Amino acid sequence: MTLASVGAVTTTLILVGLFLVLMLNLNQVAENVEEDVEIKVLIDLTAKETDINKLENEIRNIPQVSMLQFSSKEEELKQLIESMGEEGEAFELFEQDNPLNDAFIVKTEDPIDTFKVAEQIMKFDNVGEVVYAEDVIRKLFEFNQYARYVGLGFIIALVLTAAFLVSNTIKITIMARSKEIGIMKLVGATNSFIRWPFFIEGLLMGILGSILPIALILGGYYYLYENLQDRIQFPFVELLPYHPFAFQLSFLLLAIGAFIGVWGSVMSVRKFLKV
Amino acid sequence: MIEMKGVHKKYPNGVTALNGINVSIHKGEFVYVVGPSGAGKSTFIKLMYREEKPSKGSVVMNGVDLATLKERKVPYLRRNVGVVFQDFKLLPKLTVYENIAFALEVIEESPKKIRRKVMEVLDLVKLKNKARFLPNELSGGEQQRISIARAIVNRPGLVIADEPTGNLDPDTSWDIVRILEEINSRGTTVVMATHSKEIVNTLKKRVIAIESGRIVRDELRGEYGYES
Repeated sequence: MTLASVGAVTTTLILVGLFLVLMLNLNQVAENVEEDVEIKVLIDLTAKETDINKLENEIRNIPQVSMLQFSSKEEELKQLIESMGEEGEAFELFEQDNPLNDAFIVKTEDPIDTFKVAEQIMKFDNVGEVVYAEDVIRKLFEFNQYARYVGLGFIIALVLTAAFLVSNTIKITIMARSKEIGIMKLVGATNSFIRWPFFIEGLLMGILGSILPIALILGGYYYLYENLQDRIQFPFVELLPYHPFAFQLSFLLLAIGAFIGVWGSVMSVRKFLKV
Repeated sequence: MIEMKGVHKKYPNGVTALNGINVSIHKGEFVYVVGPSGAGKSTFIKLMYREEKPSKGSVVMNGVDLATLKERKVPYLRRNVGVVFQDFKLLPKLTVYENIAFALEVIEESPKKIRRKVMEVLDLVKLKNKARFLPNELSGGEQQRISIARAIVNRPGLVIADEPTGNLDPDTSWDIVRILEEINSRGTTVVMATHSKEIVNTLKKRVIAIESGRIVRDELRGEYGYES
């Protein structure tokens, strides 16, 4: 039965571990994308230098704005040409008579404020157009938020289940020792004195249960990282580096394991102490 | 030492066990509690070591009201009360010595003192030579003497015995009562619930008779008063 409890902790932690690897890496990808989110504010061609300075101040005064950078039309063109590669050379003709606008590149403190800020900027004078990937970002943010909640709920449910199993095991140990506990209470043992050994038992179950999952994470993630990291070709997608991620995760699993064990034991002893 | 005033006890299942108990027991007394089965003797006794709380009224022991005593402080109350049961309540896997030492270990006494105190009480109950035996290797009377030894090893001011001779033959019963009397003569208050007419009528002490949850008789040097 003790083995079953340790097994329950182990299974839970393996699932939690796998899930965390997946979730935290996806989260990292999402953050990479989010950090890259910027608003490009195209300035009216008719705007004079003073108008541009005024606009710059206005944008800078929006509290959520974390970065504001001026990009002249020459720079814009250069970027455009670079991004087109070979074919971009054709655009070099425009260097004489640049059709592009001067622009401000704006980033927000929290990417989620992008829409709000973009809408605010749109109302300012001398703004030709505000460019940002509205729909994609909105969906991505929504999905991320949703995935985080679902993930968290999933982990909590797993932890609860394991704690319940541990508490059942300890309950059986306690029932076998209920006579002993009764006598302890009778001769004046304090509750904490009685609880102590069960607390240790729970803690040990939790720690024992976390050994295998930690080994799997340390080994498995190393294998995954070594083999996949260099083959991934998608933009924004990269695995969290083995060090320190795998070690942080191991500590987290150990902590969750200990928590499950201790909580399970404390829950089950509580009833028996009301004598 | 113990003062009960207007004590009522109604259990959650609706049974009224005590119905207005007023009594005082003084330090150094030896008291028999008698009465038919189901009259409330056990409940009366359980109030004294806070196994049960009164539904109404107060149970004051050495100036502390057990009715309002905080759960956290109950262990410290029990260290001053030794309890002996009809069924001994010894731990079968521990030796005689360990069973007695157990009572001191749980209150975190130092090992040196434990040794000295356990040997002392084993001497008192005359079972020094059986210290290494397991409980089921002893007779019923011997087991009860061990359980008394455990109850007094901590030198409590009060020893409560709930039908301590209920499972024993008459001769052995007398051994037990003599030990309780010996303890009493050293200044410890003893409260003993019993069904033994012979003991109560021979070794005359104060008798409290409980019927239907009330004290119907309370006499110094009283009689058992029931057909046994």
